[in-house]
Amino acid sequence: MAGYEPWSEIRAQEIITAHRHMDGATMPILHAVQEAFGFVPDLVVPLIAENLNLSRAEVHGVVTFYHDFRREPAGRHVIKLCAAEACQSMGADKLTRYAEERLGIEMGETSADGRVTLEPIYCLGLCACAPSAMIDGRLVGRLDEETIDELVAETNR
Amino acid sequence: MSTRLYVPNDATAIACGADRVARKLNDALAARGQSMDIVRNGSRGLFWLEPLVEIDTPAGRVGYGPVKPSDVDSLVEAGLFEGKTDHPLCVGLVEEIPYLKKQTRLTFARCGIIDPLSLIEYKNLGGYRGLAKAIEIGPSATVEQVFESGLRGRGGAGFPTGIKWRTVAAAPADQRYIVCNADEGDSGTFADRLIMEADPFCLIEGMTIAGLAVGATKGFVYCRSEYPLSLEVMNKAIEIARANGLLGKNVLGSQYDFDMEMRMGAGAYVCGEETALLDSLEGKRGVVRAKPPLPAHKGLFGQPTVINNLISLATVPVILDKGGAFYRDFGMGRSRGTMPIQIAGNVKYGGIFETAFGISLGELVNDIGGGTASGRPVRAVQAGGPLGAYLPVHQFDTPFDYEAFAAKDALIGHGGIVVFDDTVDMAHMARFAMEFCSHESCGKCTPCRIGSTRGVETLDKIIAGTKRDANLAILTDLCQTMKLGSLCALGGFTPYPVLSALTHFPEDFGATPKLPVAAE
Repeated sequence: MAGYEPWSEIRAQEIITAHRHMDGATMPILHAVQEAFGFVPDLVVPLIAENLNLSRAEVHGVVTFYHDFRREPAGRHVIKLCAAEACQSMGADKLTRYAEERLGIEMGETSADGRVTLEPIYCLGLCACAPSAMIDGRLVGRLDEETIDELVAETNR
Repeated sequence: MSTRLYVPNDATAIACGADRVARKLNDALAARGQSMDIVRNGSRGLFWLEPLVEIDTPAGRVGYGPVKPSDVDSLVEAGLFEGKTDHPLCVGLVEEIPYLKKQTRLTFARCGIIDPLSLIEYKNLGGYRGLAKAIEIGPSATVEQVFESGLRGRGGAGFPTGIKWRTVAAAPADQRYIVCNADEGDSGTFADRLIMEADPFCLIEGMTIAGLAVGATKGFVYCRSEYPLSLEVMNKAIEIARANGLLGKNVLGSQYDFDMEMRMGAGAYVCGEETALLDSLEGKRGVVRAKPPLPAHKGLFGQPTVINNLISLATVPVILDKGGAFYRDFGMGRSRGTMPIQIAGNVKYGGIFETAFGISLGELVNDIGGGTASGRPVRAVQAGGPLGAYLPVHQFDTPFDYEAFAAKDALIGHGGIVVFDDTVDMAHMARFAMEFCSHESCGKCTPCRIGSTRGVETLDKIIAGTKRDANLAILTDLCQTMKLGSLCALGGFTPYPVLSALTHFPEDFGATPKLPVAAE
């Protein structure tokens, strides 16, 4: 997975400056911050608030509302397994348990060595080639135990 | 022009190896010293065949699918580059595949045929004729064409698009907005994604026509973050449109201005609800607003706003091009035109099937979809996403129509149907519906926020066999409260999958329960 930049207030301010002219700039800024640092550090919240003339509570409220925004770094690799109905109809639950066993972590956890995070995702729009997953932003369809093994192997690289 | 080879640049195709297939084809061409253009077209929506490789031949485009990277060598050996049809993966002339031939493609007419980012190919297949027509007839006649077409909101609510547009056009304001809802979060749906990845100019044209019609100069597409490829293709298409005078000042040389931009959601299902979406666009928590005021009066940033589902907007170009009456002539009852039905889940032939309203559910699942992928008997179908009812096989005669589904306490929603075989545990699915609601509730209203959590707990007791009859009565009562007391469809419709599972599959909830009547 692409390495993220270390936290830098100067860099954060650059990102904010590049987006703050937009209508409703909060979300685009948060996405750009997460893309740069891999998560939304608490330190960025007052900075965004000041730039957009919002209260810190308002910005905190937005960060915590959306599932996508992380407040802590994820593992070096992120596997998202679809948990929605179409994937369930093709045995996603069983595959999820298999992946949990193989990785030694449960859904929503990061391995102790920081190697991999396993998360549910609710629909990738690949419902006609279910079950599906995303690893480090790459889509994978028609999952079976064999492809899960491949994904697990990928996290060891 | 050299022969063209097509490998879809579509999320499903890529998830099944299309990029690697394209690379291997490229290598094979180089090794043979042959030269062909590898076009990354969109998908035709025949997803069980993806990656579907096609090649131009004098007789038409010949297809091969589903092609795995490891199949490329044998395909090349069997004469893929000459369009030979001997290989077992060859599906013959793509246009003749019954699944495609039986469809009525109005909104999806160009999907899979063209290079999504080629403006010339878009225009060659009718693109920008709708906008030219709208400019010719002017704003109010454009609104009336849409009204006459009978087009209803394809997000699920089914509100007449023409009435919405009239309201916005009549609302006094200096700034109006067009907002496209591309937060396609329902499991079993992928129609919005297909348009964005296979025919992005169609959406751009539709939004431009909407802007012209109601006097809006600015549009936003709110696309979910789970669709990174859609965002990428749309952003490129918007830039191309701008560079060619199709967005910005004086679009298509007219006196009208319109520009648009993409915005990305952040994984909140509730943002598919229109008012939560507007709050999210404004940079806030995606919390549902009470109505009134309607978004048509006070929408984005408090201004009159047309907020339409992506499919509604992408259908506007063909309506303007061919006329409202042409579109209205398809369909049944008050459901006019066509619907892209998305067949998904445990089904043999999953994909998009665009057809006039009125086709029966059984025809869709068994004849078109070919039954289950597992080969086991079909047990249930969930229509309309996580908030839609589960329909048992004995209701398969229900025609695909807003009113016919409503009469069975079901909904067509955004047109997705998810097939389950006989291994499904319906009590588990009912519990999942409640759990999903508790996970995704915006928290504004109590029936949804608290009700869904109590619903999960009550279902757990029922599944464990604790005071089953008493808890079933509590669950039914709770569902009634959520239906009547929730502010939006998330809390209001979660009872549909729960109660339909309970009504049609009581055996999964333990001993045959004596159920109170589940209907309203």
